[in-house]
Amino acid sequence: MPTIQNNSIEIWRRRTSKEQWIRWIFWLIGLSIIFFAWNTISEKTIWFFVQDAPNQAADIAARMVPPKWSYMDKLWQPVWDTINIATIGTVIAMTIAVPVAFATARNTTPNIVVRTIGLFIIVSSRSVNSLIWALILVFILGPGVLAGTIAIGLRSVGFCAKLIYESIEEIDHTQVEAIEATGASGPQKMIYGILPQVLPTIAGVGIYRWDINIRESTILGLVGAGGIGLQLNGSLNTLAWTQVSLILLVILATVFISEWVSAKVRGAII
Amino acid sequence: MTDSLEAPNYASSWKKAPFIKNRFVRWLIIVGGAIYLSAALGTMNIDLDRVKEGLPRAQRFLDAFFPPNFADNRGVLWDGIAESIWMAIISTVAGIALSIPIGLGAARNLAPAWVYLFCRSVIAASRTFPEIILAIFAVKLFGFGPFAGFVALSLGTIGFYAKLLAEDIENTSASQAEAVKATGANWFQWVNYSIQPQVMPRMIGLSIYRLDINFRESAVVGIVGGGGIGATLNTSFSRYEFDTTAAILLIIILIVMFMEYTSSFTRKWVQ
Repeated sequence: MPTIQNNSIEIWRRRTSKEQWIRWIFWLIGLSIIFFAWNTISEKTIWFFVQDAPNQAADIAARMVPPKWSYMDKLWQPVWDTINIATIGTVIAMTIAVPVAFATARNTTPNIVVRTIGLFIIVSSRSVNSLIWALILVFILGPGVLAGTIAIGLRSVGFCAKLIYESIEEIDHTQVEAIEATGASGPQKMIYGILPQVLPTIAGVGIYRWDINIRESTILGLVGAGGIGLQLNGSLNTLAWTQVSLILLVILATVFISEWVSAKVRGAII
Repeated sequence: MTDSLEAPNYASSWKKAPFIKNRFVRWLIIVGGAIYLSAALGTMNIDLDRVKEGLPRAQRFLDAFFPPNFADNRGVLWDGIAESIWMAIISTVAGIALSIPIGLGAARNLAPAWVYLFCRSVIAASRTFPEIILAIFAVKLFGFGPFAGFVALSLGTIGFYAKLLAEDIENTSASQAEAVKATGANWFQWVNYSIQPQVMPRMIGLSIYRLDINFRESAVVGIVGGGGIGATLNTSFSRYEFDTTAAILLIIILIVMFMEYTSSFTRKWVQ
């Protein structure tokens, strides 16, 4: 127990002197990084605009009420598109992610080269945001729902494959051994020994990612990839603030409903 | 007598148990899924001619990756990366600083009901909107540049960090908290000596994870004007300088990979 001697009385302290010094040095380094970061950002900021922000906020807020409810007629189609982008995107992602996960997991991978390729697919899909994928795909496939769907799919592969391969690595090996003892071949071992153990995870990950994808697909329209983001972008550009507020409310409702659905379904599976 | 010598009627074949046991639910899901998929694909209106037209462009885009061009726009490229990194750091720090009081308030075992409800609704609000939408509004309010991105990412961090912090606090062991309380500690001492050591290891790991997320997000807030590497990426894209785009994407992937390794390493070290 670290203590300090003060007039021959031992007083309890939380840390020894050495620990205390190390902590101070870490704090010093950390604070200087933060200070430097703040400086860099603040150099590039026009502070007059920041000071003016409360007025702007009040102004925009005043323009946003009341939401233009009649605009709702034109939003049903984009909402449907948004849900389709998320759902079909998730289906695409899961179709690719399951084989990738099996190729990447340490206990099912054929060899180290395949595993490295799998890991690279996972990392590159996870690092590139769906909006960037959409930007690229709109250029290649033209604006529309298709580009958004594929963007969501490509983006989700890494996430799903990562979670699935981690759960494949954590399976109970005695079950696989039992199947092996019956003389099962490699693919049979996978189907009867491994797959039943990870199936709940696969379903859970799919639902979880679908929930995230609903959220992501609401914004893909900003770069032209379909969905409600297209309307949001249009309304923002034409300064139709009452439409913007309605769209935000619709996004809010969609996200809440999808979260509720995903929680219910996951509760039923697990 | 002979009856008993006959082998009992064991099943000679075995069928794999279905994943969804209820037959009705199973068929409902299959049929419903099929109907939904056909409806969804039917309304998607895929323009095959346009896709065909795009394939050479895809080729051109892929060609740009070999080799990526790091040199031509070196100045703006590194500026953008640096801006993104600083933006990620400062917004993580600010976000966490805002998250701690909100997270404490959103833990049911620390806060009274009205504080709890207030903090939970702040978290829910921040979680609902993607960072990009926050960034659009931040750009409208604060003007173009990294400050808008910083505000958007900080607000986004609250929904993530405060929620997990609150959940972690709710899972802490009550006996340790009681022991510290029994020594006559005041509220701050109580939180500092009984709650904080219990949640700290996980929270350090999560803050590095969030730094990682914020860096990735900083690459896209630039598309709507929030500064950082996203702005550079968007410019390079609209100027059809795909070799630079490729370079930027590769740098993002490398930095994210590096951060992922650091974060898993740090989490192991802390725990």
